Amino acid sequence: MQKMRVRNHQVVLNRSVGGDAGIFTFLIIMGAFMFLPMIYVIMQSLKPLDELWMFPPRFYVSHPTFKNFSDLFTLLSDSWVPFSRYIFNTVFITAAGTFGNLLFSSLAAYAIAKIPFPGRKGVFWIIQRSLMFTSTVTAIANFLTLSTLGLMDNPMAIIIPAWGSSMGLYLMKQFMDSSISDSVLESARLDGCSEFRTFWTIAMPMVKPAWLTLIIYSFQGLWNTGASPYIYSEQLKTLNYAISQITAGGIARAGASAAGTVIMMIVPILVFVISQSNIIETMASSGMKD
Amino acid sequence: MENYNEELSKTDSIEKDESKDLHDDSISNGTDKTYEDASYEKEDTTQEEATDKKKVVSRKDMSAWQWTWHEMKRNKVAYLMILPFMFVFVLFTVFPVVLSLVLSFTNFNMLEFNSEMFVGISNYTRLFFEDDIFLLACKNTLVFAVITGPVSYILSFLVAWFINELSPRLRAIVTLVFYAPSISGAVYLIWGVLFSNDSYGWVNGTLLDLGLIDGAILWFYDENYAMTLCIVVALWMSLGTAFLSFIAGLQTIDKSLFEAAAVDGIKNRWQELWFITLPMMRPQLMFGAVMAITGAFGFGGVVTALCGFPSVNYSCHTIMHCLEDYGQQRWEVGYASAIAFVLFLIMIGANSLVNKMLSKVGQ
Repeated sequence: MQKMRVRNHQVVLNRSVGGDAGIFTFLIIMGAFMFLPMIYVIMQSLKPLDELWMFPPRFYVSHPTFKNFSDLFTLLSDSWVPFSRYIFNTVFITAAGTFGNLLFSSLAAYAIAKIPFPGRKGVFWIIQRSLMFTSTVTAIANFLTLSTLGLMDNPMAIIIPAWGSSMGLYLMKQFMDSSISDSVLESARLDGCSEFRTFWTIAMPMVKPAWLTLIIYSFQGLWNTGASPYIYSEQLKTLNYAISQITAGGIARAGASAAGTVIMMIVPILVFVISQSNIIETMASSGMKD
Repeated sequence: MENYNEELSKTDSIEKDESKDLHDDSISNGTDKTYEDASYEKEDTTQEEATDKKKVVSRKDMSAWQWTWHEMKRNKVAYLMILPFMFVFVLFTVFPVVLSLVLSFTNFNMLEFNSEMFVGISNYTRLFFEDDIFLLACKNTLVFAVITGPVSYILSFLVAWFINELSPRLRAIVTLVFYAPSISGAVYLIWGVLFSNDSYGWVNGTLLDLGLIDGAILWFYDENYAMTLCIVVALWMSLGTAFLSFIAGLQTIDKSLFEAAAVDGIKNRWQELWFITLPMMRPQLMFGAVMAITGAFGFGGVVTALCGFPSVNYSCHTIMHCLEDYGQQRWEVGYASAIAFVLFLIMIGANSLVNKMLSKVGQ
């Protein structure tokens, strides 16, 4: 009988001390690699001008200031599109795209997961395959489609394709498969509930974690929308685009561009922190069975 | 299915398939007292309905097509439910792939309209035999994908596996640290600041200060470093969806399996990983592979932002950049469509290859 190792008053099997130490070291090193650049952005955004131009450059900020953030708003005030307009565009695209995606995807996911209509396997097969290539492949054809539809230079050119994004649907469908029992839905149907009511009053409340996950996926994608070939009017461009323009301004704007990046990154991170447990719950059923 | 349908016809019912449990147990037999009243009512109505629609009978009396048609009519609301999504999905995801294939056999051009549209496979022959830059881009894309894809995949899994035994709170924090770079959008631009061309960049500044280099290195604008640095950035932001899927999957594995395995003679954590954890994780591994492959092939935007477009001496030029070049700058849509279709085939091919490999895990 081998000697039992105890960790936090619990017996652990098959875990050597050396292995634990090695893994711990690995995680610390990897964690630093992941984390330090993020910290550096925040440091940069808080540095006053003389510290940004310091030689040799220092990692840490000694006299933090919020001037870079206020600069963001004044920097672009010379141009005729105010900074708040870029924020509005991004928020609008994100909200409209996410809402439509949530509505369309959850309806379709419910039908595919819980109604045995002929053809649902084929439909799901195609959706699963669509996860396997990037939107780059479709960009050129979509340019033709959107210009034929007269949606060029219109926020809808970004919003409408987002409604048909398949990632959210995939996760929602997999989660419904594993978390809604057919008998619950069946008793609702027997009681005369229409499919739409069953979907809305019974199925949807049971898959709240999947909603949140879908919202966050759609949100992340749309929030980070940058320069799009479909939109060329300055007043319709997004926050990400505006910040990349500031960054392109070169080293003189290093502080302001870091401040903009912090604004861009803080929102998705906060959203993830709030919803992390729900996302992990949804991801438990994300696996593909082939 | 067959047996069950016979039962259906016996009871003269036209209830939906899934109702079998309720119908057989509580309604027809009426053994469950609490449902008794309700079940009599139900039976009455079903009989009325059955007499109304005498034609509706069991599957045995119909051909396969009739049965499909019958099922389609019965579930017609489902088609209504998938319609909005499918309309947008087909229009912006399925149709473009088909359109790319069709256009790739033409010399369609947004700038000039020529009468001779159909050009056969000449776009493809031009791609593979005349376009040196495309071949270079293919090479770069493959190098890039072959390194970042597997490394990010294994890294995602290892980190997820290592942090699996941490306490839930600590695990949540570590998850955030590793996941944050992949969701923070343009934050990768900080690598351009860290490795900036001049002596104000942190890396150049530090190296100069330590006397390790004499002049500032151009990092992202130097052929020798650009590709490597891009791969580092790609790995930095690659712990994304697959990573979360692995974390969640590891949580769902039944702990008693590990105890049983320890009794059966599993000696260390690596044996445990190979014989229990990996086989139990196969669905997540499949999903993670899809995500890793898509990520590894679709990385062009970050390269453009860090190295410029085109990158110095095409050292980081990928298929995505070729596509952008021909599709959105030169407007040679036919030729660009051929590139898009080749990229599509590469990605789908890589996926089915990896799926085959993964099906051997733990066997």
